[in-house]
Formats: sequence, C-alpha cells, structure tokens
Amino acid sequence: MNEHVIVQTISKILIPFIQLYALYVLAHGELGPGGGFQAGAIFGASIILYVLAFGLKAAKLRYKTKVLQLLTSTGVFIYASVGVLCMLAGGAYLQYSALPLPTQKLAYAIGIYGIEIGVFITVTSVLVTIFFETAGYEDD
Amino acid sequence: MTLTEHLPILIIIVPLFAAILMPLTGVVNRSLCWYFTVLVTFVVFLIAISLVCNVMEVGRISYRLGGWEPPWGIEYVVDSLSVFVLLVVSFIAFAVAVYARRSVEAEIPAGKVPLFYSVYMLFITGLMGVTITGDIFNLYVFLEITSLSIYTLIAMGPNRRALIASFNYLILGTIAGTFVLIGVGYLYMVTGTLNIADLGVLLPKLYGSSAVLTAFAFFTVGLSLKLALFPLHIWLPNAYSYAPSVVSAVVAATATKVGAYVLLRILFTVFSVDFDLSVVPVTYILIFFASLAIIMGSVLALSQTNIKRMLAYSSIGQVGYIVLGAALTNELALTGSIIHIFNHALMKGSLFLVVGIVVYKTGVTDISEFKGLGRKMPITMAAFTLGALSMIGAPLTVGFVSKWYLALGAIDAGMWFLVPVILISSILTAVYFWRVVEKIYFYKPDTVYEVEPVDSGFEPGTDGCIVSRLEAPVTMLVPTVVLSILCIVFGIAATLPVEIASRAARLLLGGG
Repeated sequence: MNEHVIVQTISKILIPFIQLYALYVLAHGELGPGGGFQAGAIFGASIILYVLAFGLKAAKLRYKTKVLQLLTSTGVFIYASVGVLCMLAGGAYLQYSALPLPTQKLAYAIGIYGIEIGVFITVTSVLVTIFFETAGYEDD
Repeated sequence: MTLTEHLPILIIIVPLFAAILMPLTGVVNRSLCWYFTVLVTFVVFLIAISLVCNVMEVGRISYRLGGWEPPWGIEYVVDSLSVFVLLVVSFIAFAVAVYARRSVEAEIPAGKVPLFYSVYMLFITGLMGVTITGDIFNLYVFLEITSLSIYTLIAMGPNRRALIASFNYLILGTIAGTFVLIGVGYLYMVTGTLNIADLGVLLPKLYGSSAVLTAFAFFTVGLSLKLALFPLHIWLPNAYSYAPSVVSAVVAATATKVGAYVLLRILFTVFSVDFDLSVVPVTYILIFFASLAIIMGSVLALSQTNIKRMLAYSSIGQVGYIVLGAALTNELALTGSIIHIFNHALMKGSLFLVVGIVVYKTGVTDISEFKGLGRKMPITMAAFTLGALSMIGAPLTVGFVSKWYLALGAIDAGMWFLVPVILISSILTAVYFWRVVEKIYFYKPDTVYEVEPVDSGFEPGTDGCIVSRLEAPVTMLVPTVVLSILCIVFGIAATLPVEIASRAARLLLGGG
C-alpha cells in the first residue's frame, strides 16, 4: 500500500471537508439547492473515496455492514416518525404546521429538517452498501 | 383529526413501520417475526374492513397528506373500487402471513427469515399505496416499491434458478416501470398536474394532442407488461415457479390484481370511456389480446408438467379475463372484471397454498408425482379440488360468478363471439385441472416420501395397503381451507361482492 502515499494523504485531508460540505448541503436544503438526497450522495462519496484510497478491507472495519443496515432503516424510521408526530399533534400525516412549536415557520423548518436528516442517513448508508456489495462479494 | 380520519394513511404506515422494525425484532428473537407479521397484516385487514364500512356510508374519502389541498398536494382517495381491492389484498396478505411460518422455515435460510418478513411487509405497503393513492406520480413510486420487493422475494427462492427468474423479471419490470413513468411525464407536461381526479377533468380538452396519445400508449404497454397480458407474459412462469411457495401464492393472488387495478384507473379515471372508445380503438386491441391470453394461457397450461408452471400459465389466462371485462366497457362486463380480481385472488391463492403444502411435505412439484395424494392429504386435496372447480367456473363457485358476468357483458356489448372464447377456455381449464385431480384421486401412490415422525400416523388404506398420512400443520392448513371454502361461500352468496363490484363499475363508467 506504500505506493499510494500521495492518494492516501490527499484523501485524508479531503474527506473531512467533503463530509462537512455534505452537512452544509443538508442544512441549506430547504432554502437553496440541495437537501437530504444530495447531501447523502456527497457524504456517501466521501466514504467511497476512502475505500478507493485505503482498500475495501480497511473500509469495512470502519463501516460495519450491520451498522449500515441499521442506519438504512433508521433513516426511513426518522422520516416516517416525523409524519406520525404530526398526526399525534392533531394534524394530517406530515402536516408540519400542527407541530407544537412557537411559530408556524419554525414548525415547518423543524419538520423538513427531520425528514431531510432521515433521507440523508438512508441515502448515505444505501450508497455505501451498494458500493460495498458490488466491490466485493466474498464477504457476507 | 380523529383516528377514523387517519385510516387511509395508517393502512400504509402500519406495514411500513413493521418493515423497518422487523429486522430489529429478528435480532431480539427470530421466531417473533412471524407473530409480528401476522399481527400487522391482521391490523391492516381490520383497517381495510373499517374503510369499507366508511366508504359504504359516506362515499368517496379523501386524505390530504401534509394538509395540502388536493390538486397541489398528494391526496389519498378511497372509493368503492380502491376499497374493494384494498380489502382483497389485505385479506390475502393476512391469510398468507398465517400460512407462511412453516413454509418459510423450510424454504428460506434461518438468518434471512427476518429480512424475508421485512420485505414482505414492504411489499404489502407498496400494494396498499398503489391502490389508495390519488396521485399518479405517487402511484408510480408505490408500483416500484411493490416490484422491487417482489424481485427480492422471488430471488429468495430455494433453487438457484430463482435468481435468474428474478433478474429477468427485474429487467422487464423495470422497462414496464419506465414506460409508466414516461406516461406520467407526458401527462404532466401537457396538463401540469399529477392528481388523478384533476387529470380526469383537464385531459378531455387535450384528447387530440399527440403527447396525450403517446402517454396513453406508454401506460397501456407498460401496465400490460406489469400484469403479464399474453404476448408480454414471458417473465411470469419462471418467476412464479422458482419463487418460495409463499411468495408464489401472495404474488399470484395480489400483485397482478393491483396491476389490473392500475389499468382500470388509467383507462377509466385518468382517461375516460369516451377516449377509450372513440379517440383510439384501444378497447378492440385489448379485447383481441385478452381473448388471445385467455385461450393461449389455457393451451400453454395444458402442456406443463410442473404444477407451479401450470398454475402460472393459468394465471396468464385469468389476467385475460380481467382485461377482457375492462375492455368491453359496459357495466356488466366491468362488474365481472372487478369481481374476478377478488375471485381469482381467492382461487389462485388457495391453489398455490395447496402446492406450497405439497412442496413442504413431499418436495414434489411434478404433476405425475401427485399420484395418490388424495389419500395422504385428504383435506389439502379437497381444498385443491374446490380451487380447481372454481377455476373451471363450475356453478356455485366464485369462478362461475365472474364468468357469468363477463359472458353477459360480452352479449350486452354485441360481441357474442367472445362467449365461445370463455367456454373453450373453461373446457381447456377443466382438462388441465382434471389431469391433476385424476392423479390425486384415481392413482395409487408409487413413491415413498420421507415422512416426518412427529405428525404422521399410519392407517390402513381401503385396499389394504398402508397409507401414511401427510396432512400439513394447522397454521398451513387453516388459511388454505378457509380460502377454498370462501370460493364456495362467495359463489353462493355472491350478492355482497357483486354489489361492491357493480358500484365500482358504475363509478368507473362515470355514473357515480
């Protein structure tokens, strides 16, 4: 692996910034271009970069299949739960305005953040899972 | 909002949450998964029943997601047609879930059982979503959720060929899905709306537009591929025969039915009867292919030696009946078509469940090896015979009711030449089912099966030879028998489903 020193060092420097950028895209999703899906794709790409630089084995030690599976359904769970919370608060499914928060605007912002975070988590973990599965199938 | 008002969304959320929580349940205790699945499908069935009651009382129910007004926001619509399909699908899902336990244990590796049930719940979510949504893009999304979960379910089949069957279906299913999406795109391009009811209002002015015609063509071909209308049926036989038994039963009984439901919605709610009859001669094209499907499905079923394949080809013929009723566009035929969605779900469900029991107890799927099973599994085989009689369309069974309405509808439309098509197919059906029934009851068994020591007693057969009993466990037997008895019950007391179906037919034809 020594011949990849440059690739590995550059990746080490880049990955935190890519991930930070992903979170930035996530945070600005409801105001500008971006959102959960795009952020998830960028975050997933950072992990894929890690695989390319350090190899599949090292990556799988860091990102366990079990954890990825759990995260995949956690994202959907967060999305669906936000909808149910709105229902419990007396509105229709996903009607953010019903959330018991001081202002309507805040309720909408929090509601959309909730589902965007859900989308973000699921997209990241699904992208990484697909990459792992297609990169090597010897591990089950 | 009260709980009753939330029912249209709960019927989607409950199985969705179950799908997410199922792997966790599997971590706690693997055997809990089955109980959880049965519980959830039962809850879904109860929700469907209460929706039926509501719709019968107040008519159309609309649920606004996120509180947005319908033409802009996504709307869930429950009317007499969708509630009928919801009821059928949720009932079959529940019956098959009860049945699934032993069959899944036998056919699917223990580690994958929680995932199997998880995908099963996702499949139910998709079916419910397709049926209940009033938004055409949402419909496409749910259609894909359903299809993706079917691919996974089929690929879990015990034989490695299941993977190839699933992959073929994936390719064709994706083409079909893409066609539907292109159709949605064209309609959105010309109308600017995705709401089905709104499309129904806006489209008549645009019937001359070539974009609308293109959209219609894509929808028709895409959906015909999804529901395996005759020349586009290639994916179906392999998919049904290599899938796990439980999956064959539930997919045969529900997935093609929901495809037919979508076709009805596109033909009659998004477009109007007027369009189908006068703008493009789609009804004649569909009548032609449906008749071809009815005859060819039966002919191809005749030549099969594998029981699952035979049932699969028979399904292709039955899809023909549903499409034929829709294409005749009169109230009687449409009633026949809608009621056949229910009837075929019952009979094909029970037949596939019987085959699942046979596979579970003996491992045979070849018709020639069914010899003497009538003595070993009297109850199971009685259920099979009832299912077979219904498929043939014997009076007092559900098959007769739908064929009767279809024949009346054909005469009403002045297309009396379709009556012989129905009759010939019934005769062919009788021939290919009789082959099996004959093997079951009139031949002596010649193979020794492995008998499980737990639940097999020995008793002397009538002609002195020792016949070992191979009757299936109760959880498998009860749903099978219930489905096949319902084939008779709703064949005699046909008024209840016929009333809902004719109401739905009037709704589609614009009478309310």
